[in-house]
Amino acid sequence: MEFYLVQALNGLASASSLFLVASGLSIIFGVTRIVNFAHGSFYMLGAYIAYTLVQALPTGAVGYWLAVLGAAVAVGLIGAAVELLLLRRIYRAPELFQLLATFGLVLVVADLVLLIWGPEDLLGPRAPGLRGSVMILGEPFPTYELFMIALGPLVLAGLWVLFHRTRWGTLVRAATEDREMVGALGVNEAWLFTSVFVLGSFLAGLGGAVQLPREAVNHTMDLHIIAEVFVVVVVGGMGSILGAFLAAVLISELNAFGILIFPEITLVLVFLIMAAVLIFRPWGLLGRPEGPPRTPAGEFEPPLRLLGRGFLYFCLAVLASAAVLPHLLPTYYIRIACEVLISALFATSLGFMMTVGGMASFGHAAYFGLGAYGAALAVTYAQVGTGLGLLAALGLGLAGAVLFGYFCVRLSGVYSAMLTLAFAQIVYAVLFQWYGITGGDNGLLGIWPSDWVSSPLAYYYLTLTVVAVSLFLLRRLAFAPFGYSLRAGRDSALRSEAIGIHVRRVRWVGFVIAGFFAAAAGGLFAFLKGSVFPDYSSIPVSVDSLVMVLLGGVQTLSGPIVGAGVYKVLEVFVNRYTEHWQLILGCVLVGLVILFPQGLLGYLVGRFGRSGEEWRGVDGAPAGGRAS
Amino acid sequence: MRRRLPFLLALLTMVPGALALAGEPIKIGEINSYSRVPQFLDPYKKGWEMAVDEINAAGGVLGRKLVVISRDDGGKPDVAERHATELVQNEKVSLLAGTFLSHIGLAVSSFAKRNKVLFVAAEPLSDAITWSKGHRYTFRLRPNTYEQCVMLAREAAKLPAKRWATIAPNYEYGQSAVRAFKEALSKLRPDVEWVEEQWPALFKLDAGSTVQALARARPDAIFNVTFGSDLAKFVREGTTRGLFRNRAVVSLLTGEPEYLDPLKDEAPEGWIVTGYPWYAIQDPAHKKFVADYEKRYNDYPRVGSLVGYLTFKAIAAAIAKAGSTDTEALVDAMEGLEFDSPVGRIKFRKIDHQSTLGAWVGKIKYDPKLGRGIMVDWKYVDGSEVLPGPEWVAKVRPKD
Repeated sequence: MEFYLVQALNGLASASSLFLVASGLSIIFGVTRIVNFAHGSFYMLGAYIAYTLVQALPTGAVGYWLAVLGAAVAVGLIGAAVELLLLRRIYRAPELFQLLATFGLVLVVADLVLLIWGPEDLLGPRAPGLRGSVMILGEPFPTYELFMIALGPLVLAGLWVLFHRTRWGTLVRAATEDREMVGALGVNEAWLFTSVFVLGSFLAGLGGAVQLPREAVNHTMDLHIIAEVFVVVVVGGMGSILGAFLAAVLISELNAFGILIFPEITLVLVFLIMAAVLIFRPWGLLGRPEGPPRTPAGEFEPPLRLLGRGFLYFCLAVLASAAVLPHLLPTYYIRIACEVLISALFATSLGFMMTVGGMASFGHAAYFGLGAYGAALAVTYAQVGTGLGLLAALGLGLAGAVLFGYFCVRLSGVYSAMLTLAFAQIVYAVLFQWYGITGGDNGLLGIWPSDWVSSPLAYYYLTLTVVAVSLFLLRRLAFAPFGYSLRAGRDSALRSEAIGIHVRRVRWVGFVIAGFFAAAAGGLFAFLKGSVFPDYSSIPVSVDSLVMVLLGGVQTLSGPIVGAGVYKVLEVFVNRYTEHWQLILGCVLVGLVILFPQGLLGYLVGRFGRSGEEWRGVDGAPAGGRAS
Repeated sequence: MRRRLPFLLALLTMVPGALALAGEPIKIGEINSYSRVPQFLDPYKKGWEMAVDEINAAGGVLGRKLVVISRDDGGKPDVAERHATELVQNEKVSLLAGTFLSHIGLAVSSFAKRNKVLFVAAEPLSDAITWSKGHRYTFRLRPNTYEQCVMLAREAAKLPAKRWATIAPNYEYGQSAVRAFKEALSKLRPDVEWVEEQWPALFKLDAGSTVQALARARPDAIFNVTFGSDLAKFVREGTTRGLFRNRAVVSLLTGEPEYLDPLKDEAPEGWIVTGYPWYAIQDPAHKKFVADYEKRYNDYPRVGSLVGYLTFKAIAAAIAKAGSTDTEALVDAMEGLEFDSPVGRIKFRKIDHQSTLGAWVGKIKYDPKLGRGIMVDWKYVDGSEVLPGPEWVAKVRPKD
């Protein structure tokens, strides 16, 4: 009995440290609707800065706690700079676009940290006065963990007072509820956003700084916490601080007791909890259903239009040059071209879901990974050739998308996207842990193409064919009656229901189509690389697909192709010449975000579509063609 | 700008010609996860750079200089495969080397098998590289997980402890380490019991709960496989909660400076570990290695430094023995290759392409003068003492 009580205390201590970071993220999202990927980076910066300050300030309790506080303040200031210099410029961009900017920041911070603090783990000192342990129910319990247990509720109480007893807090709550209305009432939104961002970053920095006695500061802290705090925020209900606290406690306690019964569960537990919560409570524990989305006055997205002959000729010209190109290139570049084509298909499948269906996904890599494993499993266990292998890829991807899509389309917005992430992580964990079948993290090796496509050139043509046909089909689907139903559901679910569209079913089919084509990309990738790993369904791959879509422009159908081309080529070439590719890639992304807040293709369309003739015919451009 | 272009192109075409005049260098492709695990690969890179410079200063191999073209895979196996293609197709390297993470080592090994290129795996520990997934074109330098676990199990068997608990990161390395250790110890000591196991996700150890869960089982001894930031958390939390009091701990790799030194004055005294006591090895060849390294980098060597250094010394020895850079000749030369190194004579076994480089087994002791832990009462265990024989290898390793 005593043991279980102490274990519950352990859970509470972990919950506090999760909550500190998650509360900041939740506040930022609640008000600004920014999905802040860089929140983990702020947390990591908090830990590093605290480490440095502790060394610099005089030893002893005063110096130590000043250092912790100083680190949090410093991170708050960094947050202010990020908001003022970067995010403020792109609030009016399409939904989720800010995610691209924060992803660029993640890369930049990850590399800067290495440059400033070096690669080695830094074990900071323990907190003065809280070094030892006390006996609780016969078990030694670290005093610092007791401090952590107290800190969580203290911060929660402080935030409650701030939000309910100050004018600023009232404004923040109002903005969380309805930010257009707050703006309409004459509140200076810009400064409200800045101050909220500063508070959120401060909390992330504090969360990092108080980790100092608990773990060695290292350059992977950002990625190791970010997924989990997102889970906490979503499980709690986005924008709900108390919800975040409850979610942190729930997750930490289930973890503390889960490992007693089933120690291997560590990989997937948080995502299982999230999936379970979201299936039964689509807006998290304490979140509120969002009202129907409103388009800001005076702005509306131009509808997709069927494009005319000009675009057709353009496509044929691209295809023809793609067919000739490999004859002019050395083998290595043919393989790069294959990678670019596969990425283009992968990104377009996600783009289809986002642009036509209005459904975002943070876990699109699930279907890419399932496709890759479908092919690899068929080759490994049934010794099939490339053709049947690709069919198996489609089959497994389809099955996954049908199953997961059923649940995901019941939710909306970021909740739906987070549920896709949960499923992707479950797929990842199964691939990672089912050693007997999937080979675990060592993957399946020797998945090479059959003889008829074994030369790089032949495989390139196979890839080109599959990708071109898939892209054509995706485009065709967007303009088929089904595509119109899907777009109707995206723009107004209520009205669509009223005219007899089964919105949920249509979205489900749209989701499955996206998963199906992602699996095709995964299958092609498996044979290109000759081996598959659980990494293919991991979060970074999902993020890559999002980045490509957003970079190209989420309001156009062909944007993801452009985004994939630019991103992949950048990645390949920057990575080849420098170890600091993260820094450079991150800076380039941030620069592109500021220059082209509509995405690259979105920019071209906006810039040239209206005036010049030459771009008539690209998506979204006015009156490029006739309606079928 | 446009006017300068033809000139630049002309210049570019002259480059290969100029190189040919200087006695064509031997190109070696090197791939590693530099940006993903810089803390372990920084010293590794320094090690191989020193080896290559030494080799070239002595006139190179076969009268040709070695040129290493190094690429960062960022911890992604598909990127490693892309680099391998580029290095072989574009740069026309004679062989590939490197990798740290096991799955990336296996990905490059699979590439080497298909494209018939020699691959000298430097750091990955997975047993599969030379055994269940072994093939003609891949060799590995570092002692694998199995070997190091057997070394530790031999020490563990001498302890009175009967009730054992294990903690290991939840991935292939952790799993195969625990399996190998259990198997070896249970064989030596049929009376031991396995009372608890914990599998935290890699670098996400929830230290408090996990330590408590281990303590609940009241084991006599603990086998630890966590490393890096998990290790720091585990040691700190375990010490505060008295987990290690009156308990033996046997720990994989913890004596390697990469993992031990960040713990500073909290180095866990008395743990039985594998590691690299570079400060205490008295062999003159090794002393020279340490002195050269310190002079060159103003830093002391880590185990990665040694592995990087030895990998490229082995490659040079193989090229010299083969007398050419032809892949098949190189592979034939590598099989059974013996070369002298700062840590004694090392041999690549013909039967499984595993080198006989061993590891140092000893106890951790805190050295107040240095402010960090060191290994004491250590001994060097050569790989040949723990590697299984040809019958066993024939069972697990596919025929070429």
